[in-house]
Amino acid sequence: MRIDFLYWEDCPSHPEALARLRQVLADEGVTDEIHIARVDTIDDAQRHRFPGSPTIRFDGVDLQPEGAQALAALTCRMYRTESGRLSPLPTIEMIRRALRAARQTPKEVRHDTGTA
Amino acid sequence: MTLALRERLIPFALPATDGRTISADMYADKPVLGVVFWCNHCPYVKAWEDRMIAVQREYADRGVQFVLISSNDPVQYPDDSFDAMKVLAQKKAYPFPYLFDESQEVARAYGATRTPEIFLFDRERDLRYHGAPDDNFENPGAVQAPYLRDALEALLTGRDPATAETPPKGCTIKWK
Repeated sequence: MRIDFLYWEDCPSHPEALARLRQVLADEGVTDEIHIARVDTIDDAQRHRFPGSPTIRFDGVDLQPEGAQALAALTCRMYRTESGRLSPLPTIEMIRRALRAARQTPKEVRHDTGTA
Repeated sequence: MTLALRERLIPFALPATDGRTISADMYADKPVLGVVFWCNHCPYVKAWEDRMIAVQREYADRGVQFVLISSNDPVQYPDDSFDAMKVLAQKKAYPFPYLFDESQEVARAYGATRTPEIFLFDRERDLRYHGAPDDNFENPGAVQAPYLRDALEALLTGRDPATAETPPKGCTIKWK
């Protein structure tokens, strides 16, 4: 599985987001490498179709696809959690659910959401 | 450089979303004045927004007044335009004035760097608390240290805040 973690340094949520991703991967027994990309410029953001920091993709599919439709930007990303709250971070459960969905989806039906 | 504890409030006069021009001296009768750097687009602001509204409503009768200021560059971040600020303030029925620091001079004068970032002043308008609203932006029910509420209670009862400074946690202010 291809796992992408994209972040913008100015947004302080990325260390915790990466820690959560690592925890979920460990819990789920996934040993694939995390491809970490630092997005520094608007050109980077457009090239990666980066809607904000942090962005996590499993086999190219965004953890919260509805949030991935935003224009490429150097910004903190807004997540809506299971409880309906707005947060700069995806919850552990959101990451876990997206990972499990990706593992159960045949590769040929997955969508490319811009992983460079 | 960021305004230091015990330094004086820096005066400002800025346009508000309700059409007024708001200056700090309009609230000279208030025992506590909070100058809060804010914006529309930041998810940290969104995460704390309802809590800040609740604190303002809860403490208004005790003379606490918050003034929110957005200094972000709306060219880079259109969600932070003055028009968008007006829409948000009305939609959320903000119980505090929401001001637009278009020149960014106020943010620079305070040395603000993040949204949200609170500067809380006592009756003499000396800075007594600076930092984040509390220690858990994600879950209001899991807050262990309600920094802002504790500082308000301290100032309203003539005590020093037990925690006077915390690292502001949020999005960077978007400079031109």
